[in-house]
Amino acid sequence: MTSKAMYEWVDERLGLSELAAFARHKTVPVHSQSFWYYWGGISLFFFLVQCFTGVLLLVYYRPGAEAYESVRQITFVMHFGWLIRSAHAWAASLMIFSILVHMFSVYFMKAYRKPREFGWLSGMALLGIASVFGFSGYLLPMDELSYFATKVGLQIPSAIPWIGAGLANMLRGGSDVSEFTVQRFFALHVVVLPAIFLPLLGFHLWLVQRHGNAVPPSVEALPPEQRKTMPFFPNFMRKDLAMWLISLNILALLASVFPWSLGKPFDPLAPAPMGIHPEWYFMSPFEMLKLLGFVFSGHYAGLGEIAGILLFTLGIVLWLLIPFYDRSKESGQRARAAHYFGLLAIFALLATTVIGYWTIR
Amino acid sequence: MSQETTLPANIVEEPGEKNTRRAFLAAAGAAGLAYTAALAYPIYRYLASPAEMAMNATAVTEITLKDAQKLPLGSVLMFKFGTSPALLIHHEDGRWISMTAVCTHLGCTVQYEPQADRIHCACHGGVYNAYTGTNVSGPPPKPLKLFKVAVSEAGVDVSRA
Repeated sequence: MTSKAMYEWVDERLGLSELAAFARHKTVPVHSQSFWYYWGGISLFFFLVQCFTGVLLLVYYRPGAEAYESVRQITFVMHFGWLIRSAHAWAASLMIFSILVHMFSVYFMKAYRKPREFGWLSGMALLGIASVFGFSGYLLPMDELSYFATKVGLQIPSAIPWIGAGLANMLRGGSDVSEFTVQRFFALHVVVLPAIFLPLLGFHLWLVQRHGNAVPPSVEALPPEQRKTMPFFPNFMRKDLAMWLISLNILALLASVFPWSLGKPFDPLAPAPMGIHPEWYFMSPFEMLKLLGFVFSGHYAGLGEIAGILLFTLGIVLWLLIPFYDRSKESGQRARAAHYFGLLAIFALLATTVIGYWTIR
Repeated sequence: MSQETTLPANIVEEPGEKNTRRAFLAAAGAAGLAYTAALAYPIYRYLASPAEMAMNATAVTEITLKDAQKLPLGSVLMFKFGTSPALLIHHEDGRWISMTAVCTHLGCTVQYEPQADRIHCACHGGVYNAYTGTNVSGPPPKPLKLFKVAVSEAGVDVSRA
């Protein structure tokens, strides 16, 4: 069979030419802010790295009582195990970072407006799941730092009135972080979360195909003949892949020059080590709660925690629902409020993160 | 420009363009191969680690079985020699015999049967002589390899002959 006949045989059954025609006609808008279009793709790249390195770690990782020993083996005994573990840890941070950049660029380009509300909501859900991925994965080595970070982190849900204590016990598998906790965090990390994340990611990507790239209001205001586009295939695809290559290089550099360390095995009786702090992407909420704890000290300390959680939840809900109250089609002139809310959010996140890192020294 | 549009698109190529394109493709291919190798090598070594460790373990030529000299007459001790199972038999007549416990037929682990004073493989019924390791009956094509045994106060030394 010739290759042409073979192509036709497959095409007749799978409709490859329809796909090719779709790829030929798909275009991407070109304007001064096109750079931000790459960040969704970069996030996807780091997610793929996570799947790949995660499966490799799964080859030797043993949850439960042997968790620390197996991570020690991966890091110090298996050839290049340190590199694979380091790449997994660094790519997790880079993935959260690029999702955040993607989210803020969508926010300021007002790409959440009609008809892209589901894109915004599914994206926010993906960010939420990604941070749970980060939180659950952080415990898995069961060293001193991850033990205390999880212990402290689970204090947050336990401050929720009425159901908090029960919820935290359910997550921990007991009243304290133990082998049971690693075992269930492991199940969460490698089975439950991917099972939710993958279909949601498919939905998110399908929406992007369906609605195409959003343009910022300033470009939207231009008459159609003044808007520029480039073909998705191969022009944008090529640039996208170039971005992936740059991301891979950055990851390789970080993972090999700054290998992820492994602390002492956890000891439930040992005091918390100095300078204990969460991952950078949890620093801001951690610090906000701490600051509110200062405001409501003494007798009202419990009140402060609840107030903090309420305030935080309110901020997140406002952020989530932005497509439903900022619907203005005009060139952004009327929607200044959302813009300032976005700037405030960035300022609050950066400021609390900086304060957080400043005060642990 | 108006002149060129009358020609088919593939003819308006500059003479040097083909060479630069070829050079570019060659460079991109080489870079791609370099990346693939740089990624594949650590992954291969990582996945092959246990196999490499096993290879190092097979290099073991001698093992001391502590307190094995106390093994009663007519009984057997199973132990790991390198990576594979082995037998140490203390026969009724006081002789010490050690040999590999991997059946030469399909690699099952054989067992010593004191009543029949023979070595038997339960998988396909292979039988070996418990003193010489010779294959007596059943499917095994070759005898079991014997090891050298030296008994001392502290234990039993087994080494490859």
